[in-house]
Amino acid sequence: MAAQDTSKQVTRRRERLDRGIKVRSEDIYALNSWREALYLLAPRALPVVALVLLQLLAPEYWQRVLISTTVFALLAISWDLAASSGMVCLGQALFFGVGAYLAGIMNHYLGLPPGLTLPLATLGGGVICTVLLLPVLRLRGIYFAMFTLILPLMIERIIEATKVFGGTEGLSGLTPFAHPLWESFLTMAALWVALFGLRRIMASDYGLVLKGINDNDRAVMSAALNIYRYKAQALFLAAATGAFAGAFMTHSYRFVGMPVFALDYSILPIASAAVGGLGTLAGPALGAFILVPLSEMLRGLGGLRIVIYAVLLVVFTVGLPEGVFHYLRRKYTQFERWTEVGK
Amino acid sequence: MLQGTLIYGFINSVMLLLVALGFNLTFGISGVANFAFGALYITAGFLAWIGLNTLGLPYWLAGCAAVLITAVLAGLLYRFVVLRVRGLVVSEVIATFGVGLAILELFRFLGFIGFEYTLPEMLDLEVSLGGVIVDGQRLTILLVGAGLTLFLWLFTRHTRTGRAFRAIAQDEHTALTLGINTERVATVSVAFGAAYAAVAALVILPLGTIAVNEGYHVLVNALAVCIVGGLGSTLGVIVASFMIGFAQTFTATYLDTSWMMVVSLLAILVILLVRPSGLFGSQKQLEERI
Repeated sequence: MAAQDTSKQVTRRRERLDRGIKVRSEDIYALNSWREALYLLAPRALPVVALVLLQLLAPEYWQRVLISTTVFALLAISWDLAASSGMVCLGQALFFGVGAYLAGIMNHYLGLPPGLTLPLATLGGGVICTVLLLPVLRLRGIYFAMFTLILPLMIERIIEATKVFGGTEGLSGLTPFAHPLWESFLTMAALWVALFGLRRIMASDYGLVLKGINDNDRAVMSAALNIYRYKAQALFLAAATGAFAGAFMTHSYRFVGMPVFALDYSILPIASAAVGGLGTLAGPALGAFILVPLSEMLRGLGGLRIVIYAVLLVVFTVGLPEGVFHYLRRKYTQFERWTEVGK
Repeated sequence: MLQGTLIYGFINSVMLLLVALGFNLTFGISGVANFAFGALYITAGFLAWIGLNTLGLPYWLAGCAAVLITAVLAGLLYRFVVLRVRGLVVSEVIATFGVGLAILELFRFLGFIGFEYTLPEMLDLEVSLGGVIVDGQRLTILLVGAGLTLFLWLFTRHTRTGRAFRAIAQDEHTALTLGINTERVATVSVAFGAAYAAVAALVILPLGTIAVNEGYHVLVNALAVCIVGGLGSTLGVIVASFMIGFAQTFTATYLDTSWMMVVSLLAILVILLVRPSGLFGSQKQLEERI
């Protein structure tokens, strides 16, 4: 609020200006030196190369951690895509769980190999989740959020009560991936396709409409655009991303059961987004790459682990409310200096 | 059988109501997210236990101290955590939930688990209501529930502070122009809600042990009741508590306990679908759907 701190006379403020190289290399988009090309390329290529190297060089335990981190990053991207289209979703576990169960059912009952179950579960999960949520697309804000929060919890209870698909035991002994390396490169490829592909979509005119729905849905309607069609499409993209993550984990763990609808899969993407920064898709992915390994590192602490994790989460969200990604991008694209006030 | 189910359904409903009132006061009436609510509830229980058993205070003093300390803790939580991310809804929820998680898991780490962590009952008597024996603690719950509901209703309508609570939820900037110090009012509101949680803890916890996991259940229940009843409506909270409370008790008696959660969740989904702002939600009806 603006009311605070009027007693102290403010004499200087921090001024932020875009760096010249940003203006030259982005707005005009006529790159005329290797330096400018590198300026654009480095922040995109660096994480890709770093992740490949980590995956190849890290010890086996941390390779597994990296795989589950990538899966959580996919879920976080899915969350952010839905949220930037005006649908704050508290139930990423729904997308994850539907994808996981679809892959498990197709593999267990029909005997399909992972090469078929993964794409089928991705598309099928996207369709099923979109159809499940179609009736509530008209709800806004917290009401949509509440509905999505409760849906996975209820599906979990229904599976427990009706004992379908293995009930509380789940389906185990599913087909694993052919090779561990193949597994890690598949998740990584999926992450980069989702991240760069969806970022490209959000930067296009189509993405502008989606962002418009988030900012002011009535204004978009008054431009004679059918916002429900756009919302349903965005929901399908987000749900398919989440469903792929779930289907992948099913084959990775060779097991699918009720825990795939657990609250963890809903909360962690949101926490990643809060830490990494909303609305950029890259921010939540970065948040996942901070939070999941952090939670693994704290594993040695036993009971204190969750306490420290929660405290760090609070420190991150309160200390850097804009998110790590926005902070880093500001430092990368702008310089700051102090200027006198009132001159 | 039916009589017993009805009476215990009624008591279960009042317990839900007691828990939901404080959450509704903070989240519904003043529009401030406090997802550390369950942790504050459990904290109050453990504070009272420490006061009674470790410090050997008399019951009334330990109880009052627990309520006061919980309220002050919640006020501090608002001042030092929520205020810094105010307006960023996702960050508000994550930050307060994180604080709650830290508190609850810290209790677990410090070893506050076991059957010795119980609070004493307030009334030592048994009453027969239509052939059903009801113990004194459940009677206390009924009395305290009725009293707190009435007090909250009067408070938010006939006192300056109570009306300021509603004002900042309706429009914070307009409230500022009317001379309401929104930050102070929000702090008081969070503290007030926490005091309600502490009182609820003091009367409900004697029925069982003070368990850390109860903190999570309390939060989910309070959230469900507030959503179904409609944010900001005291009448809505009362009706919703009775709907969910009876639904839970009846499914547990006549179906199977594994369907208990399904029924209450289904009730919430249907109500969200039909009337998103809840049964009696009066605020921001235009914003619920488009």
